[in-house]
Amino acid sequence: MPSILVAIIGMIVFALGYRYYSKFVAEKIFRLDPSYVTPAHKYKDGVDFVPTNRFVLWGHHFTSVAGAAPIVGPAIAVYWGWLPAFLWVILGTVFAAGVHDFGTLVLSVRNKGQSVGTLAHRLIGQRAKILFLFIILILVLMVNAVFAWVIANLFISYPASVLPVFIQIPLAIWIGYAVYKKNKKMLVPSLIALAVMYLTAVVASKVGFLQIDLVQYMGGEDGAGLFGLGSVSTAFFIWIIILMIYVYIASTLPVWKLLQPRDFINSHQLIVGLLILYLGLLFVNPEITAPITNPAANDVSWFPLLFITIACGAISGFHGLVSSGTSSKQLNKETDARFVGYLGAVGEGILALVAIIAVITFFPSKDEFLATYSSFTASNGAGLGVFVEGASKLASGLMIPTDVASTIVSIIVVSFAATTLDTSVRLMRYIIAELGMEYKVPALSKTHVATSIAVVSSAALVLLPEGPKGFGSGGYLLWPLFGTANQLLAGISLLLVSIWLKRLGRNYAITLIPMIFVLFMTLIAMFQQVIFEWSWFGSESNMLLFVLGAITFVFAVWIILTAFGALTKNFDGPIKEDE
Amino acid sequence: MMLDKLKTLIEYYEEVLSMPHRQEIARELRNEDDLFLLLLYSEMIGIPNPVYYFTLELYPYMIENFHDWHLRMGMEKSPLSGIRCC
Repeated sequence: MPSILVAIIGMIVFALGYRYYSKFVAEKIFRLDPSYVTPAHKYKDGVDFVPTNRFVLWGHHFTSVAGAAPIVGPAIAVYWGWLPAFLWVILGTVFAAGVHDFGTLVLSVRNKGQSVGTLAHRLIGQRAKILFLFIILILVLMVNAVFAWVIANLFISYPASVLPVFIQIPLAIWIGYAVYKKNKKMLVPSLIALAVMYLTAVVASKVGFLQIDLVQYMGGEDGAGLFGLGSVSTAFFIWIIILMIYVYIASTLPVWKLLQPRDFINSHQLIVGLLILYLGLLFVNPEITAPITNPAANDVSWFPLLFITIACGAISGFHGLVSSGTSSKQLNKETDARFVGYLGAVGEGILALVAIIAVITFFPSKDEFLATYSSFTASNGAGLGVFVEGASKLASGLMIPTDVASTIVSIIVVSFAATTLDTSVRLMRYIIAELGMEYKVPALSKTHVATSIAVVSSAALVLLPEGPKGFGSGGYLLWPLFGTANQLLAGISLLLVSIWLKRLGRNYAITLIPMIFVLFMTLIAMFQQVIFEWSWFGSESNMLLFVLGAITFVFAVWIILTAFGALTKNFDGPIKEDE
Repeated sequence: MMLDKLKTLIEYYEEVLSMPHRQEIARELRNEDDLFLLLLYSEMIGIPNPVYYFTLELYPYMIENFHDWHLRMGMEKSPLSGIRCC
């Protein structure tokens, strides 16, 4: 089957979803009112609350939510065949992610631009807020571990990408200086930075000694490393330590010094990446060689694990934090929420769709696909690499040599992962500080104390699970846990929107159904993994994953009970629209 | 025609990029302004201010800013009887 057909079908469904379903939700359920005075106007302060053109706001919203996660998830989930992953991405985007992102945006706009955490407190109670903080804490901890693993893995597999990625740091600092201190326009400096990075990538792909290949330095894959470890284990260890030192420094600097300038470059990279992939797809139009469904995949059932393996790209709780945290404070007209929120989710769906296509067209034949995706564990380990290779194959349609393309694609993924890492360590610091205030441990609110806890716990989490390549290579085992935490967060946000709709006396089925679906899948998946795989009598006994999984499971049950309580509680009459 | 469209596209893209940047600059400026305002009212917290008398001349210029400031600091009404912004 030609892959372009799959892309077109996906696009048509997205377009129909936006044209009809989001219109129905906007008009009949949320009843958006163009004359409603949004927080951006009501509390206009020129800083956080600024009425912004909807196209500009969408651009900002999309670049904030899109990252490495909608690439990694689909690359693993095609293990069950391409059709299940494809269906979950397009239907999830239309019926779950779109409504979730759109709903949290509207809920926040109708509530003074408050974030979902504050709204959880108001709509459910104090306990919900603490619960919410713990869920976000688990989520950011997983994000740190998983993305550190992603970066270390790519550095080892694609050593040519190391130099360009590290060159991005001084370039970003230079942009920060030029833009904030010298008041220069940022488009030209950030484009120059991108050009320098990609030029380095081209040179490093061709010149061997510019490739920082730690494994080769230690005598190849069979060589001996430090402390009696193998060479690959040692390389993982060194990269993780370097990354954690980097992220400690980066996350304690002011945002304008490194984080924001990196984001300017990453916005270009997102566009370059999407263009290369979709134009390449147009020119190459490769045949899909992966099976539609994979009957051999019986070690782990697709039901329910598919729905947590692909989190971002189908539904992601993280988007709710962006919707209610920044976008809601800048919405010019309430009716723009449909464009910004729903289309933001569609943008991420488009990225996940092309990630699926890159993976399922890479292998020359079905047998080779099945050999690589031989088990769920093997898929977890191989998925990312296959995506990079598949994406370079698509890029070859634009006359880009495969070695250069694979370096550039891995740079794009690493850059996304690195800024996500920076943001999530920052977020983790704030949450640790807030929990410190809550439980009266003032030391936790100190920047360096909170950051140290965040960085050390993340490093421990990524280094502990044992993978096939030894110490530190098992970070991908955390992927399902990352998906779970993300889906739980999405579940609570959908719950908040449902409670709000119920209190307004509206039909809340459109958010309740995805909420039940997401929470149900998360619960079943966690139960299976915790009891039958990770527990002491499970097939892949692992105490660390067992404890983390069990905590997440308890939270999931707790939320469902709270949800039931909050939804069935009788409030004193309907609330006012913007109470 | 084509060139104009391209120009609009670049302008749009630059605006998307500069959103967080503009916000950060505005936040820094506001923090500085808040500090300035605190200095103007330093007498109220016991710090002697030799130019207190002259700050009165700033009154017409700052009344609007003052109103935004006390709202931002969580006070619905003007905390000073001398300044009647609301």
